[in-house]
Amino acid sequence: MNNPASKRKPYQRELPVDWWLKHAFYTKYMIREGTSIAITIYSCILAWGLLRLSQGPEAWQGWLNALQHPIAVLFHILALAFALYHTVTWFDLAPKAADIWLKGKKLDDKFIVIGHYVGFVLATLAALIIITL
Amino acid sequence: MTNPIIEIDILRYRPEQDTTPFIQTYSIPYDEEMSILEALQYIKDELDGSISFRWSCRMAICGSCGMMIDGVPKLGCKAFLRDYYPNKIKLEPLANFPIERDLVVVMDDFIKKLESIKPYIIPAQEKSIDDGEYIQTPEQMAKYKQFSMCINCGLCYSACPQYALNTEFTGPAALALLARYNRDSRDAGSAQRMEIVNAEEGVWGCTFVGYCSQVCPKGVDPAAAIQLFKVESAKDYLIGMFKPD
Ligand code: SF4
Ligand code: FES
Repeated sequence: MNNPASKRKPYQRELPVDWWLKHAFYTKYMIREGTSIAITIYSCILAWGLLRLSQGPEAWQGWLNALQHPIAVLFHILALAFALYHTVTWFDLAPKAADIWLKGKKLDDKFIVIGHYVGFVLATLAALIIITL
Repeated sequence: MTNPIIEIDILRYRPEQDTTPFIQTYSIPYDEEMSILEALQYIKDELDGSISFRWSCRMAICGSCGMMIDGVPKLGCKAFLRDYYPNKIKLEPLANFPIERDLVVVMDDFIKKLESIKPYIIPAQEKSIDDGEYIQTPEQMAKYKQFSMCINCGLCYSACPQYALNTEFTGPAALALLARYNRDSRDAGSAQRMEIVNAEEGVWGCTFVGYCSQVCPKGVDPAAAIQLFKVESAKDYLIGMFKPD
C-alpha cells in the first residue's frame, strides 16, 4: 500500500440507514429489540400504579379507571403481543448462552428451550395464584 | 436444442479507472451442476478476462471465495446456480469490507483481529519435547472442537451489523477462535484472553443479532461463543467487584 506506483484504492461502501429493512433476519431482530420499548412503557405504567397506591384509595381508583380507557386497553394488548414475541424469539436463542454438558456431551438445544417454557408456565401460574388469592 | 441461459449481475470496481463500483451483467449457459464459483470461472475464461475474484479449494475449506450472493454472504463454491435459476443472480463483494477490486475485498482488519486474540496454546508450563505430548481426552476435545472448525472466510463479519457500524468490534470469528483456545484443556491463557473479551470492543459490542451463526458455512456458531463469553465476562466483573486484586 506504501508503494507509490500502486494503483490500489480500496473502495469503502456506505451502510444504508435502512440496512435493517434489507433483510428479513435484520428486520426481525429490530422488532425483537423494538418490543423492549413497549415493555419499558408497561413497566412505567405499573410503577405509576404503585405510586398511586401509596397515595391512598382515591388515587388508586383513579389509576384503575385510567386503565379502562380504550387506548390503555389497546396498549396492553399490544404490549402483551410484543412481550410474547420477545419471549418466543428469546427462548429460541437461549441455548446459545447455555453450556451444559452431561457425560461428555453437550445438552441438546431443545431441552434448554423446553426448560425455559416450563419455567415460564410455572412463573405465570405462580403469579396468577398470588393475584387471585 | 439451445441451452437455457442464466443472467448474472456482478458489482465491478477497477481501482485504476473507476471512482465508484458499477453493475455489469453477464449471460452464461445454465447448468444445474454449476456452482457460482464455476460460473465466475466460465465468465473469466469465455466472456471477460478482466473480472477478479478469489478462490482456491473449490470445496468449502480454504475460505477464499466468500461473496454476497443476492445480498447474503455465502461461499461461491458452496452455492449453486440451480438454487437461483431462472432468476437473475446478483454477486457483490463481501459486505462490511472495503473493495479491493471487483469481488475481492480487503481483509487486513479481519486477519488482524484473528491474530489479536493470541490464537495459540499458552501452556501453564513449557514442556520440552522429551517430556512427551500433551494428553487430551475426546471429551476435552469436544469442548472446543466446534469453535476450531472456522475456515476464516469472513462471512460472519459481512453478516454482522455491529461490525458494519463499528469496525473496532473484535467480531464473531475472532471471538469464536478465542473460545476455541480458552476451552482447550492444554491451554492456560484464559486470564490473558479474558481481557480482550471484557474490553469495550470485546463481547459487549455484540447485541446478539445472531445472523453470523446463520451464515457460517462450517457450523461454528460464533454467536454462541460470544453469548457464553458474556456470561463469563459478567462473572469476571462481579468477582472483581468483591475481590479487587
Ligand atoms: S466463523 Fe464461520 S463464517 Fe465466520 S469466518 Fe469462521 S467459518 Fe467463516
Ligand atoms: S474456493 Fe475454497 S472455500 Fe470456496
